[in-house]
Amino acid sequence: MSEEVISTDAVIVGAGPCGLFAVFELGLLDIKCHVVDILDRPGGQCAELYPEKPIYDIPALPIVTGSELTHRLLDQAKPFKPEYHFNQMVTELRKLDDGRFELKTDGDIVFNAKVVIVAAGGGSFQPKKPPIPGIEAYESQSVFYSVKKMEALRGRDILIVGGGDSALDWTLNLQPLAKSLTLLHRRDDFRAAPDSVKKMRELVAAGKMQFKLGQVTGLTGESGALASVQVKGNEGPFDIIANAMLPFFGLTMKLGPVAEWGLNLNENLVPVDTAKFETSTPGIFAIGDINTYPGKLKLILSGFHEAALMAQEAFHHIHPGERLLFQYTTSSSSLQKKLGVA
Amino acid sequence: MAKITFIQHNGTEQTVEGQAGMTVMETAVKNMVPGIDADCGGACACATCHVYVEPDWLEKTGQRNPMEEDMLDFAFDVRDESRLSCQIKVSDALDGLRVRVPEKQF
Repeated sequence: MSEEVISTDAVIVGAGPCGLFAVFELGLLDIKCHVVDILDRPGGQCAELYPEKPIYDIPALPIVTGSELTHRLLDQAKPFKPEYHFNQMVTELRKLDDGRFELKTDGDIVFNAKVVIVAAGGGSFQPKKPPIPGIEAYESQSVFYSVKKMEALRGRDILIVGGGDSALDWTLNLQPLAKSLTLLHRRDDFRAAPDSVKKMRELVAAGKMQFKLGQVTGLTGESGALASVQVKGNEGPFDIIANAMLPFFGLTMKLGPVAEWGLNLNENLVPVDTAKFETSTPGIFAIGDINTYPGKLKLILSGFHEAALMAQEAFHHIHPGERLLFQYTTSSSSLQKKLGVA
Repeated sequence: MAKITFIQHNGTEQTVEGQAGMTVMETAVKNMVPGIDADCGGACACATCHVYVEPDWLEKTGQRNPMEEDMLDFAFDVRDESRLSCQIKVSDALDGLRVRVPEKQF
């Protein structure tokens, strides 16, 4: 695949609340941002873990849901025209000889940036891997936690495990090209959208796929090629013939590639100073839950403060020696112009 | 105050003091009980505080709520005695509670 190189002022790793507010603070200082996130939408933990849960400690918002907070932050950042890259995990980050940074994603996007802001929260959301004995041996050929190429599954005996939207969506998408498809879930109720469940039940009724109740206990096969899956059912154990298994058990946070970027780490957190929120590598900043410093509180409001101070230093890094005039959005016509309100 | 015992997969037991009003998950995290990850911090949104309640205590800890039942779909090896410990509130009635921690939360 050809690699696209995007040259920009700043790359923000993570589109959670702190990453989104960093777009705003950097934007006020004319710093153009690209934002990368492993999820398929903005919001980070607010989107993945608690979109509908109320948050009570955002200043001036007595009650706001994770989803609403995300939308408000997107609106606030909009005048600065950030570019978002979802479903992308930043896998590599390195400093170039000219002092700029190169970042690469698992989707083959390459960025060339003057500064990098790591706003990666608890790390990257990655699919949960069920602790089935010996599952690792099957991971390259037979067990998949996401579907990158549907064609790789054509003509196979597919077992999908789970009852959420991912499990049901992939059941419906893969059924037409599978040799056989079985959906396995621990109960006859689903978290997934009722419409998908209805379609699945119609396929079962038409004899085009199977639905079984139970939980996976073991895998049988040879040198990475799965042959059958052992299941604990309500009425006793049984086997399902399958040469491809797709378990969908939601996502979990792992520090992920951040650990490989040459930054100092302290218990999976990135130590920063409290004036600039800069990491051990000048030009790379860390804000929000991913950073640590004496007195750190993992609160969204702390991340907002960190974004504002970080932006000042990012400006000086991009424009060495230039004076930065401190201005208020209430009174500065130049800031208001940037915000599109003057 | 209620004493709560966490039993690890290897049989190790750890008994800690729980305060009424806190959850069993919070009690575990506060006392650094291994195996209770609680990624989401108690929002019933991650299923990484899964425990098996010892059969004698099932009645006192009560039924799973519907949101918890949904979220247990994201846990591994769910059994009749499975609960998310963030959804069990500590009370004097639970003094002596015993729960088993799964081998892995994922």
